[in-house]
Amino acid sequence: MKIVVLMKQVPDTYGERRLDTQTGRVDRGSSEAIVDEISERALEVALRYKDSHKGTHVTVLTMGPASANAALRKGLSMGADAAIHVLDDALVGADMGQTAAVLAAALPRNEYDLVIAGNESTDGRGGAVPAMLAEHLNLPHLSFLDSVELSVGEVSGERVSEYGSLDVRAPLPAVVSITERAAEARFPNFKGIMTAKRKPLSVVSLAELGLGPAEALAGARSVVLCASARPARAAGTKIVDEGNAGEQLAEFLAANRLI
Amino acid sequence: MSNVLALIETSAAGEIRSTAASLLAAAARLGTPVAVVAAAPGSAAGLAEQLGSLGAAQVYLAESDQVGRLLATPQVEALAAAAAELEPAAILTVNSVEGRDVAGRLAVRLRAGLITDAVDLRPSDTGWVAVHSVFGGAYTVESTIEGGPAVITVRPGAVEDRAPAQAATLTTVPLGTSASAAAVIDGIRDTVATSSRPELRGAEKVVSGGRGLGSKENFVLVEQLADSLGAAVGASRAAVDAGYVPQTFQVGQTGTSVSPQLYIALGISGAIQHRAGMQTSKTIVAINKDPDSPIFDIADFGVVGDVFAVVPQLVKAIEARAS
Ligand SMILES: Cc1cc2nc3c(=O)[nH]c(=O)nc-3n(C[C@H](O)[C@H](O)[C@H](O)COP(=O)(O)OP(=O)(O)OC[C@H]3O[C@@H](n4cnc5c(N)ncnc54)[C@H](O)[C@@H]3O)c2cc1C
Repeated sequence: MKIVVLMKQVPDTYGERRLDTQTGRVDRGSSEAIVDEISERALEVALRYKDSHKGTHVTVLTMGPASANAALRKGLSMGADAAIHVLDDALVGADMGQTAAVLAAALPRNEYDLVIAGNESTDGRGGAVPAMLAEHLNLPHLSFLDSVELSVGEVSGERVSEYGSLDVRAPLPAVVSITERAAEARFPNFKGIMTAKRKPLSVVSLAELGLGPAEALAGARSVVLCASARPARAAGTKIVDEGNAGEQLAEFLAANRLI
Repeated sequence: MSNVLALIETSAAGEIRSTAASLLAAAARLGTPVAVVAAAPGSAAGLAEQLGSLGAAQVYLAESDQVGRLLATPQVEALAAAAAELEPAAILTVNSVEGRDVAGRLAVRLRAGLITDAVDLRPSDTGWVAVHSVFGGAYTVESTIEGGPAVITVRPGAVEDRAPAQAATLTTVPLGTSASAAAVIDGIRDTVATSSRPELRGAEKVVSGGRGLGSKENFVLVEQLADSLGAAVGASRAAVDAGYVPQTFQVGQTGTSVSPQLYIALGISGAIQHRAGMQTSKTIVAINKDPDSPIFDIADFGVVGDVFAVVPQLVKAIEARAS
């Protein structure tokens, strides 16, 4: 089984995330860049299969700036076998459509059975790139899986939505996206970190994918018109319970017509 | 005015989901709203009247026996067929799990641009503008699509006004869905409307509980306060991970975003990822025994105290006022 896992580097949600209000893009300098937690969970799903099925080959794939190399290194030290980094200055500010087109071009032809992605990134929160990728590749797509069952020739799982859940399956090759319930990611161990250094990590440009910037970035695209920060929230009244805080709170709610 | 397509979500039984009215209102802001529905043949009688009353000028009913059997594919095919026929200025879906699947595939198929999770839409001199709330409401961003057709997913319920009712015309077309490149649905468990409480998304009031509740049994306290206020119940990720409530209750970065009139956080520390899902609430109340909890930084009224002492007293006081 050959599995490709999509990884994304994002600003750490524990830090203060900022947008550049001029461009509407993520201000990458304002908080630490880390591997999105959901990407690690997606990789974990692949690695669990690899743990119990010898001969499984896992590739991590990202499109991102030079710093995204660290995300792939982490993937390799967790246990992935190889990494592909699509790196090209022309891709700065790429939208979801462009990203999906480039990722589709970067997937080694006929060299994967399954593509696993997180359901949505913590920065963009679009949650549509896996579906777009599946359409480019003309493959079936199972999204938002809480659990993933993988067998020879088929992937299945429980897909949870706002309205309940579905049991779904698709023949391989396929694209799936997983939720944060699918797996808790492992930490890289010492051996993993040491061997990661010897694993192949290829860096490819648009030209090497056979895409000119014009082709990769053509067509309809989303354009940011303006961006503004909301004023921060200030703290209000804080009381320490001395036996009647419940009643005081009820008074506050009544005064604000909330009860 | 040009057409704007709105994909109507339906239940397994073919009923219209509650997201329809808001989506049609969003479509009406940009043009003539056309409701697009994928349904099993013959299952959708009365749709035109129902969707017309929610503002649709036309109902485009795409019938296929693959509806409910193949994941997202019939909906993509339905919108693609409607788009080819009606040349819409924009195509809208709900920013739900299914709506995003459909929007993503369709955008690629039509070589359209994609915008997700718009909280508002309005016409502009050059076309239209979509408004987003980014990083948990810390930023507001406006965007549009240039160079081709537009597919937009709209946050469920975000558009609150309603389009005027009209007599909708009905167009019924058969869909020749091919089964290639499709995922199969083996079982459906619809869990909507099993609770008498308001739905979390869009609720006027929300009471959420965190790890501070300590156990699944103790979480009843959250429900008691919610019921005394007529509020929806939410939770932190730690409470979900501990198994107190299902994941659908989660508020935050990777859960539901809420923006109610009143948000009450019980035994929740106020981690940045939790705040990302609730900090745009009108009034925030927090009860936490740790005076240094970050939740107090954004609370309009904070109580440093034990939830097991404060909440029962609060519930009693609310009930006393009600009677
Ligand atoms: C990528 C990512 C995404 C995330 N997404 C989300 C998300 O969507 N939603 C979310 O909530 N979290 C999310 N988190 C997790 C988040 O970082 C916190 O771990 C989580 O919110 C903590 O939940 P909590 O406040 O219930 O628990 P804790 O942080 O453990 O806080 C429990 C609180 O209860 C108080 N307490 C204990 N006993 C009592 C008592 N008897 N009376 C009063 N107070 C009491 C304590 O003082 C403490 O402040 C995410 C994290 C990451 C990395």
